[in-house]
Amino acid sequence: MPRIAPQNLLRFLLDALQRRGYTCIGPALHDGAVIYKEIRSESDLPIGYADEQDGGTYRLRRRNDEARFGYTVGPQSWKRYLFPPSTVLTRARRTPEGFTAEAPEDDAPPYAFIGIRSCDLHAIAIQDRVFLQGPYVDPTYRKRREAAFLVVTNCGQAARTCFCVSMETGPMAKAGYDLALTEILEDGRHEFLIEEGSERGVEVAGDIPARAATDADVGAARRMVDRAIAQMGRTMDTGGIKDLLYRNLEHPRWESVAARCLSCANCTMVCPTCFCSAVEEVRDLTSDVSERVRRWDSCFTAAHSYIHGGSVRPTTQSRYRQWMTHKLATWIDQFDTSGCVGCGRCITWCPVGIDITEEVRAIRESDHGKGH
Amino acid sequence: MLTAPFRVRRNRRESPDTRTLELVPMEEREIPGWRPGQFMMLYAFGVGEIPVSISGDPSRRDALTHTVRAVGSVSRAICAAKADHVIGVRGPFGAGWPDRADGRDLLFVAGGLGLAPLRPAVYAVTADRGRYGRVLLLVGARTPETLLFRADMGRWRKRGIDVQVTVDAAAPGWMGAVGPVTRLIDRAECDAGAAVAFVVGPEIMMRVAAEALERRRIGLDRVFVSMERNMHCAIGFCGHCQLGPAFICRDGPVFPYAGLKRWLEVRNL
Amino acid sequence: MEKDIEALVSEHPFFANMPQTYRSLIAGCGRNTFFEADALIARTGDRSDWFYAIRHGRASVEIHAPGRGPIIIQMLEPGEIVGWSWLVEPYQWRFDVRAVEPVRAIAFDGACLRGKCDRDPVMGYDFMKRFAQVFVERLEAARLQLLDLYGSPAR
Repeated sequence: MPRIAPQNLLRFLLDALQRRGYTCIGPALHDGAVIYKEIRSESDLPIGYADEQDGGTYRLRRRNDEARFGYTVGPQSWKRYLFPPSTVLTRARRTPEGFTAEAPEDDAPPYAFIGIRSCDLHAIAIQDRVFLQGPYVDPTYRKRREAAFLVVTNCGQAARTCFCVSMETGPMAKAGYDLALTEILEDGRHEFLIEEGSERGVEVAGDIPARAATDADVGAARRMVDRAIAQMGRTMDTGGIKDLLYRNLEHPRWESVAARCLSCANCTMVCPTCFCSAVEEVRDLTSDVSERVRRWDSCFTAAHSYIHGGSVRPTTQSRYRQWMTHKLATWIDQFDTSGCVGCGRCITWCPVGIDITEEVRAIRESDHGKGH
Repeated sequence: MLTAPFRVRRNRRESPDTRTLELVPMEEREIPGWRPGQFMMLYAFGVGEIPVSISGDPSRRDALTHTVRAVGSVSRAICAAKADHVIGVRGPFGAGWPDRADGRDLLFVAGGLGLAPLRPAVYAVTADRGRYGRVLLLVGARTPETLLFRADMGRWRKRGIDVQVTVDAAAPGWMGAVGPVTRLIDRAECDAGAAVAFVVGPEIMMRVAAEALERRRIGLDRVFVSMERNMHCAIGFCGHCQLGPAFICRDGPVFPYAGLKRWLEVRNL
Repeated sequence: MEKDIEALVSEHPFFANMPQTYRSLIAGCGRNTFFEADALIARTGDRSDWFYAIRHGRASVEIHAPGRGPIIIQMLEPGEIVGWSWLVEPYQWRFDVRAVEPVRAIAFDGACLRGKCDRDPVMGYDFMKRFAQVFVERLEAARLQLLDLYGSPAR
């Protein structure tokens, strides 16, 4: 049953979660951007802030209200906490006979993610497919994911780089959360619609003082989401996109984007679904302990495709093509879903403003039908 | 998955830069079951981990056998491992050679180190020779001195495998073929309409071998290759080994060539 | 009793599907020949008057490298042709060719064949197409060998 809570809802919600042992991770200001870090109280949030985004551009500005979630997404995503940037997979210890190896237990606390946008909720579901639903399961991801409490916020605004509507990943979250909040800001009114999505969500929501929502309340929440839809900055035509890209692997557009791409890997770092990692051997000073450490990696590095002799993808062109065709095409064959959720981060955080929606459009408009 | 310590029982020199290691488990473990065509991740403490095909006789379960070429820091460390040295083993991984050749002629085509991942399959065939028609092993090597597993070839010939060797160059006295392995394919006597081929070697070699097999009317859906790419995890998570939609570690490393052909034809894919 | 040359030509894969009249003409330039194991069929620098169609046995194509000795760069099998230098000036063997085991071959007189091809260009074209096939195969093989595919990977 949806309910209405007052504008200080988060005070109660964070308290309820902390009392249950969750470490709350939510949006906060840092270095001129909204990132996700541990939040202890409502005042840690970027209250009254909005963002302006476009290709290669991100700015914060003040709103004329006290919105808790009045911005969209920043450079970070929740993968930072489920698929951490650095993990020790194995620790090996030298012994007189040789060595012993163990897998250190992940020591992350149970997290509550506050303010997940629908696009990012879909991204979590996509990474679930990668790390939990294949023939192998990643233990770190599973442990953190099973413990994580998910609080979604349905967007009331969209950035110029957003295109979740095209990707059918938002702005409204449909399922897969514990609680969903829609911040209602309308004619001086500032309240939250709360919807419960799981038994855990029901249990926690019980600690939040709220009244039953009326049809009018639900309608007001719906209007917030409609505003986001109306502001949606970009579109991507995904019709037949897999085969489109498969038959245009030698399209001249790849050369054109390569002339602009710096191979800086920003897009892969900010993308909420990118999951490439590298595993490195790290010895301690005594050389008696050696660890296999997994860290985020990017297909934009030359080393990514290195085998004895050289890189299979030695050019920026081949690497950009790898990233984009993986994200939009081969991902579908691998995981039965697109890898893109339309969050627009790759457009915003590309230093030269390469726009994935524009690249698809350019190829579609001069579809060579060649390739294979 | 955790690496398990294995002791080096034997380290045999195959050629100036290639060695075959026999590994036995420590800590009262069993050797995991494996199929021809699969690989393990071998770990050198303090150096790193690399994928290496299993190259042993599958009927022998007393040790794990791997043939390694020293081309980087990890492979060099593994090649340098003496008897009683400890190497970590994780696996087995990957899809092995298919069991599709009953009653058919079978062509093994090996280039250089490519004979190592084929060796278990050749042994499996000799153990059950009656199941197959003609069986040919066509081997390409740089010179007679770098030929791997010469001792096995006599044994295989005795078990009814037609072993033919070609080298890129040789000194007089050499009685085998000289020229690329495609020449052996061109002249192979087999029932092309039903034959199955397993091909491993450098990618260029696999490509020209597949073309030669196709010219002989061996359909590319009956030609299987073993692919190699950068691998860190071996379980489809690190993303490094992708070729088109395939994860070489998990969907391969053995693939029917017919499915791969379109991806291999795109440069730098 | 020895088969006549035309019959041998008809059996040889190089002349497969060649019109009988051409085979007959060509056989006129040919004779049966035999090499003992290890005999030199051709020597680098010698005048190239003959080429050979191997019927039985194998022959090695060799280069002599000072300090390294002879290197076999190709092994020719039954059914293959030895020698193309007779086709182009200055009609000189570029390589050594040695029988590695007893070799039976049809030897063809190069000058005789060049003459017959000049007089019958249509037959000459058929013959050239067959030889072009040989060049293509040898060149492709040589290129693959040149790549040193099994050598140590480049750093």
